Amino acid sequence: MSRLRLSGISKHFGAITALNDVSLEIAPGEVLGLMGDNGAGKSTLVKIVAGNFRPSHGEIRIDDQVVDFHKPLDAQRDGIEVVYQDLALCDNLSAASNVFLGREPLRSFGPIRVIDYPQMRKRSAELFAQLKSETRPRDLVRRMSGGQRQAVAIARTLLSNAKIVLMDEPTAAISVRQVAEVLDLVRRLRDQGMSVVLISHRMPDVFAVSDRIAVLRRGQLVADKATASSSPEEVTGLITGAIEAA
Amino acid sequence: MTNIEQVIGQSQHRSALSRVMNFQVFWVFIAAVLACLALTFLTDSFATERNLFNVARNFAFVALIAVGMTAVIASGGIDLSVGSTVVLSAMVISVLMEGGYPFWLSAVMALVAALAVGAINGVLIAYAGMPPFVVTLGMLSIARSLAMVLSNNKMIWEFGPDHDLLLWVGGGATLGLPHPLYVLTALVIVMSLVFRWTRWGQYVFAIGGNEHAARLTGIPVRNLKISIYMFSAFTAGLAGILMAGWLGSVTTNLGQAMELTVIAAAVIGGANLAGGEGTAVGAVVGALLIEVIRNSLILLGISTFWQGTFIGCFIIIAVGFDRIRRLRSAD
Ligand SMILES: Nc1ncnc2c1ncn2[C@@H]1O[C@H](COP(=O)(O)OP(=O)(O)OP(=O)(O)O)[C@@H](O)[C@H]1O
Ligand SMILES: [Mg+2]
Repeated sequence: MSRLRLSGISKHFGAITALNDVSLEIAPGEVLGLMGDNGAGKSTLVKIVAGNFRPSHGEIRIDDQVVDFHKPLDAQRDGIEVVYQDLALCDNLSAASNVFLGREPLRSFGPIRVIDYPQMRKRSAELFAQLKSETRPRDLVRRMSGGQRQAVAIARTLLSNAKIVLMDEPTAAISVRQVAEVLDLVRRLRDQGMSVVLISHRMPDVFAVSDRIAVLRRGQLVADKATASSSPEEVTGLITGAIEAA
Repeated sequence: MTNIEQVIGQSQHRSALSRVMNFQVFWVFIAAVLACLALTFLTDSFATERNLFNVARNFAFVALIAVGMTAVIASGGIDLSVGSTVVLSAMVISVLMEGGYPFWLSAVMALVAALAVGAINGVLIAYAGMPPFVVTLGMLSIARSLAMVLSNNKMIWEFGPDHDLLLWVGGGATLGLPHPLYVLTALVIVMSLVFRWTRWGQYVFAIGGNEHAARLTGIPVRNLKISIYMFSAFTAGLAGILMAGWLGSVTTNLGQAMELTVIAAAVIGGANLAGGEGTAVGAVVGALLIEVIRNSLILLGISTFWQGTFIGCFIIIAVGFDRIRRLRSAD
């Protein structure tokens, strides 16, 4: 069974072909490393799966059902969560508020319904514990380290019980120690049975966590193979075009 | 090993006292109290019942609208049209009452007019994507002009059969406290709860913190913005009705330049012009400080022309405070 199957996906922006006939498949609990040079089409692919863009051609299947997303909310309903490159968190709110943003639990006092903060704090503390992150629910995101912010963004995906988590360069702007933290988070998601698509320019990160590696070059899928049977040299060659395809 | 309970209880490792002192509202409140104490000793006229009554009533109008403005500012917007909304609302109620309509109907119509102003602001900002500054600047001009058209630019001081009721509502007192103060108290309590405990309140701050993120989580950002500008206009409309009753006559200059005082009150009270921060209580305390300054200048025999200088300094100090806090939390 495939969790996510893309068949013949193309995307044109006017005269630009950002993606050209891309077919990919991801199994449940699999981590796919998606690599490619700047402008290769990685973010475009993620945005199509996340419902930000509709593909010009091609088909998306989730659990073998064809889906058609018109907006990000549609994709969320089908179990797709995105951890955005810029993280998309509200700095002025607490970690717990960010984890629950848009889906706050409510408690009723007669006709009045108020946000259930104790419940929110408890549940997010559990999620952070599950991620083995030292993030405290009451802390403002503004005062957090890059790794803790990642934990908040990723806890959101746990909360919604996502099937597929798309991560666009989660390790781009953080310290070495925090990178290790984020990679651990990716492994935890996988252990929960989620499929992860990890976009990164950092070869060691991709090789450390992914089961398979896919390479995009100028909108075309030039490789899709098991990490174990590849090497950083080969992938570098595929990205630059020194190796045609694999 | 820490358990879940401990983690939940923990926030930053700081004492309650240092957190209170980090609150701008706290310092502004101290400043207002000090000013009051100084005036009590320096003048015979400050701590009189009459003067305190006036201070309480005057600041209530600005504070009412500052609560609405705080919602707008916390969401990352600005509403320059509130002063004009005040006069439009006051004109609608006066013209209708002068025409013989009862108070309640006229008051409702005045609020409807104010809400319409807010709705137009909101739609243009949320759906047409225009900058709030520009939209509400345009509305500042439009709403006041409509008030002039409505009244033919005449003063209205005859309010028909319910004349006395209007004057009682806006200018009267119960248990020694002016009525606008009751309205303000109710609004502040309700809005403090709403800001903190409802999804609407949470989303106002989320939009101000990171609008893009708010949209991605599926929050209906556009409709929320409309409701925020309508709320701001509602507070202005309410103030317009009360001011009509307090003054006993309405001219088209009513509420002129009031938006600046209101924005000042909100900012002094801790609303962050970059969005994401502000409290209802802060808005009230900010308005209180401004009114106390104004009152003290009068009582001390200093020219009221100095008022703007003081308020301006306080705004700059308030924003300066914020900068310092931000720099400190950045490292
Ligand atoms: N909204 C858009 N409108 C027009 N062109 C776009 C749009 N989004 C992306 N493109 C183009 O599509 C191509 C692929 O862009 P994409 O952002 O997917 O690359 P990427 O692989 O994510 O690159 P990077 O590593 O720099 O993030 C680029 O040529 C880009 O200019
Ligand atoms: Mg990209």
